[in-house]
This record gives sequence, structure tokens and C-alpha cells, in this order.
Amino acid sequence: MENRAVDLSAIERIEAARTAQITGAARPAKVVAEGVDVYYGAKHALKDVSVDVPDRGVMAFIGPSGCGKSTFLRCINRMNDTIPSCRVTGKITIDDQDIYDPALDVVQLRARVGMVFQKPNPFPKSIFDNVAYGPRIHGLSTNKTELDQIVQMSLQKAGLWEEVKDRLQDSGTSLSGGQQQRLCIARAIAVSPDVILMDEPCSALDPIATAKVETLIDELRSQFCIIIVTHSMQQAARVSQRTAFFHLGTLVEEGPTQLIFTNPKDQRTQDYITGRFG
Amino acid sequence: MNEHIVRSYEEELKLLDRRMAQMGGCAEKLLGQAIDALERRDPSLAESAVASDATIDQLEREVQEQVIIMIGKRQPLANDLRHIMTVLKIAGDLERIGDLSKNIAKRALAVAGESYPKPLMTGMRHMTEMVQSQLKDVLDSLTELDANKALKVWHEDQQVDAMYNSLFRELLTYMMEDPRNIGLCTHFLFGAKNIERIGDHTTNIAENVYYLVHGVPIAEDRPKGDSTSSTLFTAR
Repeated sequence: MENRAVDLSAIERIEAARTAQITGAARPAKVVAEGVDVYYGAKHALKDVSVDVPDRGVMAFIGPSGCGKSTFLRCINRMNDTIPSCRVTGKITIDDQDIYDPALDVVQLRARVGMVFQKPNPFPKSIFDNVAYGPRIHGLSTNKTELDQIVQMSLQKAGLWEEVKDRLQDSGTSLSGGQQQRLCIARAIAVSPDVILMDEPCSALDPIATAKVETLIDELRSQFCIIIVTHSMQQAARVSQRTAFFHLGTLVEEGPTQLIFTNPKDQRTQDYITGRFG
Repeated sequence: MNEHIVRSYEEELKLLDRRMAQMGGCAEKLLGQAIDALERRDPSLAESAVASDATIDQLEREVQEQVIIMIGKRQPLANDLRHIMTVLKIAGDLERIGDLSKNIAKRALAVAGESYPKPLMTGMRHMTEMVQSQLKDVLDSLTELDANKALKVWHEDQQVDAMYNSLFRELLTYMMEDPRNIGLCTHFLFGAKNIERIGDHTTNIAENVYYLVHGVPIAEDRPKGDSTSSTLFTAR
């Protein structure tokens, strides 16, 4: 029909305007991946992934189990280095610095790229020491007062301070699951990282604890570049500004979260988020 | 389209579509009955039209309830989300179409005892046929998810508006000719306005079908043909 041509250009215009509005498109990219391939031995786990992750925002990685989203997440702080059969090719930069540069200190990299795991994993130490651990080993404080300040600020940012300020010497493992996860987030932000990676941070938490962690993520995004892997579509929709869908090792579609969840372009994305294949 | 992994979700969507199809069918039938009753001055047909509006209202309540339950239970996304929200809005339009048709049937009851000149009905019949065909096409576009068909309906509504304009003038002329016609013509005028409004609801449905298919609204201003609300007609 002759009206179609007119309509499509209008659609593109609307989408462009919306995209700029939702994602703050002018924001510079923090993490840039170009043509990343990952092999576990002979298995080609991640195929030619290229994506820009903007600073000061949350990007969600979604996709079925085994799609490569966690593998990709682990490339960003080089956790895959610990797996002997794993081989990574392509380029990943953080602030234009190649993180696979042989001259790069991996320990320093992991201080810049914090990680929060699926199951809360506090050290079997006091709440204080859990948070103070990173700043101590990276020498971020020169005296006790400074360290106290870092610990307090990190716990405050993680929304945990009010709940634990009178029991900082209690063991981190004595906290509830949700509190432990927020303690792990406090531990991650104590070293002032640039990027925080979260691998299903709420899948072991009840809905209330999940809501608290999601609120926290929403507050932290003004200061950090956050990447979250989640199996909960609703969670991705709630906390992220951009969403990337992985399937069978490829990045199928990446875009503003609002568009991905209301009007995805790729049929595979549509099928996955509407529950049409698993 | 692939089926949902959760079969009961798939069944719920199909049930929703069935209810919509049923509602659409009822609305079409009600409009046809109302206009036939007006043309034939058939009070019993008019009464049965008035009574059958209750079925549409009932269906709308069922659709609303089902949509709310599905949002709570399934948290639909992407095309499912658009599907469910669109159906809810379309159900509202169909319910209004039912009300407007019922209003025509009531007017048919009011004027059933009058005799009126044949040309009065010709324009009315013609306009109704246009709207009926629009309504049929838009309901088909919903079932077939055919955005182009919906867009065509959307564009063609201005013909209905133009028809309403001319009917409006015609009725005014009859009233000016003989004040005894005023009562009857007023009923016809409101009847014609109702049909014009049904056309508008039909275009709303078309807009929703387009959104359902493409995920973005129609990006044009709709051509409007009804100028009666901005025109003053005076007897000379």
C-alpha cells in the first residue's frame, strides 16, 4: 500500500526520538566489546559479540540457560582466565583501555570491575572486615579513620548501614540472605569500581529482599556502570535502561529496555520474552 | 507464531480472542438490527435489538476481568502485552458501538408510528452500509492481524464523515420545509450522528490493530471530514 512508505519513516523517527529519551543516547560507552569469541575447549560458547555498555546506567543481559550471557559477563573482569580450557578472542575495552592487554594487571582490573554473585558469599569475617577487605588490600586508606569512613559510606550506599551499624563486628554470615547480598554489594563498591557485574543477584532472595536490592541497583546506577544477568524478565524490565538478548552464543538484539519488552525487533527475542521457547 | 510453553497461557489468549470475535459479531448484528428496525418501522425488532445490547455489555465485563487476571497472573510482555492491552481497548470501543446502536433502536421505537418519506431513509441506509463494511473490515483486520487493512479503514472514515455532512444538510432542509418534520428529523439526526460516532469507534479499533501489529501508533493525523460541529446553518 502506498501509505506504508510514509508510515515507516515516521516509525523510525518516533523510535529515534524515544530511544534518545529513554537511554540518554548521548551517554558515552564505558565498556566496549568488539567481535568477542569465547571457546571452552572445542565448544564455541560465544560468537562474535559486539556491544557498547553506556556509563552510569544498568544494562541487563537476558537469555536462556547456556546462551552465553554469564560467559560474556565473566569476560569483562577476566574471570574466564581461571578456566584452563577457556580461550577469549576479540577486544574488550573499559574507558578505551584494552583489558586483555598482556601488560594489564588483572588484580587491578578486578578492583575496577566489581562482581556480585548469585548466592551471597560474604567472607567468614565480621561485617566490617567484609567491606574493609578490598580497600585494605588495594591500599585505599592510610589510617583507621579513613577506612572507617569508606566502610560506613559503602554500607550506606548499599542501604545496609542502618541495619548493621551497631553490630559491625558480628559475622557477615549471621545476616539474612538479603542483607548478605547487600553486604556483598557494599564490599564490591568499597573499592570504588567503575563497573559492577551482577550475576543473577536476586535469584536466591525473597521478593522483599529482591525489591531492596533492585532499589539499591536503581540508586547505584547514577554512579556506576552496572551490568546484570538475570533470568527474571520482569527484573530486567524493572531495573535496566538497556537490555541485551543472547541466544545460542550470539547477541541477538540489544536496545532500550522499554522497546525490547514492548516491541522487540527480532522474532527470537519476542519468542523468548513472551515464553514461547525455553 | 510459536505457541507458548505454558499451554494454559495459550488457551487464555485464545479464549480472549474468541470473546472478542463474539463481541464484534454481536456489535455488527445489533447495528444491522437497529437500522432495519428504523427502516421497516418494526418495534419488535427494535426491542430485540435493545435487549441484545446486554450481551455485549456482559462480554465486555468478561473481557475486562480476564485481562486483569492475565496481567496479574502472566505479566505479559512484547506482542502478548500489546495484544492484551489492545483487546481491552477494543472491547471498550465495541461496547460503545453497542450502546450507540441500541440508541438507534430506541429511536426506531419512538418513530415507529410515523410515516416518513423514502428518501429520508436512503441516505441513512447508505451511510450505515458504509459503516457496517468498515466495521466488518476492521474486525477482520483484528483476526488476521492485517495492519494494512486497518489502515485502509482508518483512511476511509472521512467518507463516512462526508456522508454525515450531507445527511445533516438534508435533514435540516426537511425541517425548514415543514416544521412538523422537526420531531422525526431530530431522531434521524441523532441516529445519523450515532452512526458517524460508530465510524469513529471503528477508526479507534483500526488504530489499535495497527499498534498491535507494529508496536507503534499510526504516525499521521487522521483526515477529518465532519464539519457540522464547526458550521452554523440558518433558515433563510
